[in-house]
Amino acid sequence: MNMKNTSYRRVLAGAAAVLFAAALPAFAQVDAGKSTVVATSKQMNVPVDGTFKKFNAQLTFDPAKPTAGSANLSIDTDSYDLGDPEYNKQVRGKEWFDSATFPKATFVSSAIAPAGGNQYKVTGKLTIKGKSQTVTVPVSITQQGATQTFDGSLPIKRTQYDIGSGEWKDTSVVADDVVIKFHIVAAKH
Amino acid sequence: MTSHASSQSASKPVRYSRTAIALHWLIALLMICGFYLGWIMTDIPGFTPTKLKYVSWHKWIGVTVFALAVLRVLWRATHQAPPMPVAMPTWQKAAAHATHALLYVLMLAIPISGYFFSSAAGVQVVYLGVLPLPTFIGPDQALKAILRTTHIALNYTLLVLFAMHVLAALKHQFVERDGLLARMIPFLK
Repeated sequence: MNMKNTSYRRVLAGAAAVLFAAALPAFAQVDAGKSTVVATSKQMNVPVDGTFKKFNAQLTFDPAKPTAGSANLSIDTDSYDLGDPEYNKQVRGKEWFDSATFPKATFVSSAIAPAGGNQYKVTGKLTIKGKSQTVTVPVSITQQGATQTFDGSLPIKRTQYDIGSGEWKDTSVVADDVVIKFHIVAAKH
Repeated sequence: MTSHASSQSASKPVRYSRTAIALHWLIALLMICGFYLGWIMTDIPGFTPTKLKYVSWHKWIGVTVFALAVLRVLWRATHQAPPMPVAMPTWQKAAAHATHALLYVLMLAIPISGYFFSSAAGVQVVYLGVLPLPTFIGPDQALKAILRTTHIALNYTLLVLFAMHVLAALKHQFVERDGLLARMIPFLK
């Protein structure tokens, strides 16, 4: 049943992608090679960076009409790379991302507000491990030719998303505060 | 320091200075704790809060040993050590000096190899969870493996030298009964 559901979704997603591509020529194409999403945790007060190797972003942003813009991010939780295969395997497990049950972490914007200069406040719903929170991210957006760059960082509390359950709830070892830093480069076509 | 020497070489101390004695025992205690922690923490599979704590404490001990060892080497270079017993064969004196020299080298080399191993693994050392220490090399998987092996090999070398050091001291105390230990344990005499 699950498989059927998945393939059905794939067909739908494919159809949607074709429709979007046709309907929205201004849709920004994310340059995966130049874009990064890094989540930094603190273990015994040591900052530890992990990079999400796989994610998709759908961004529409026009500086002339910033409030009409939108951002959709979908991150593959099993692509979190801490630089050690053993740690990567563990972080995909039930206590952390539980990637088998929750393969994607998503951000869906609901409002974009200008905050002076090239600064914007993007409000939206962040969902990790099935837990959703409304967050507001300060983002700086720069445009060079057809390339748009979105930079920002979002501090979150990992326990709000049940990241690190069981004995890992102890925030004196792994701090509750985690910073998600992103640098997304997109080209308009 | 008081000297009981009756000969003309009254400047020759009969025991190590109070500073040297304090550094000797403090470093010895820290190295034993560091070694023990290193031993048990590497037996814990994957990562657990306990392991993270042990690893952090192990690193803090290493940094402390290194700093104290630097002090100790400087102190040793600028302060005369008490002479070894006259009756001691030359080869034994040479062996003792060589062992001491190697122990000094290991006191510095083991923390350095561990520190660089941590850096190569992409984990900064934050002393006592408060003071972030500089990283001289970036993450490097190949170097990480080499440094790990080096760190372990140096520790086994230390274990052998430590055993020799202790056995020699016990032999002086209980077989030769030449009072050598009083140079480092003042209340023995």
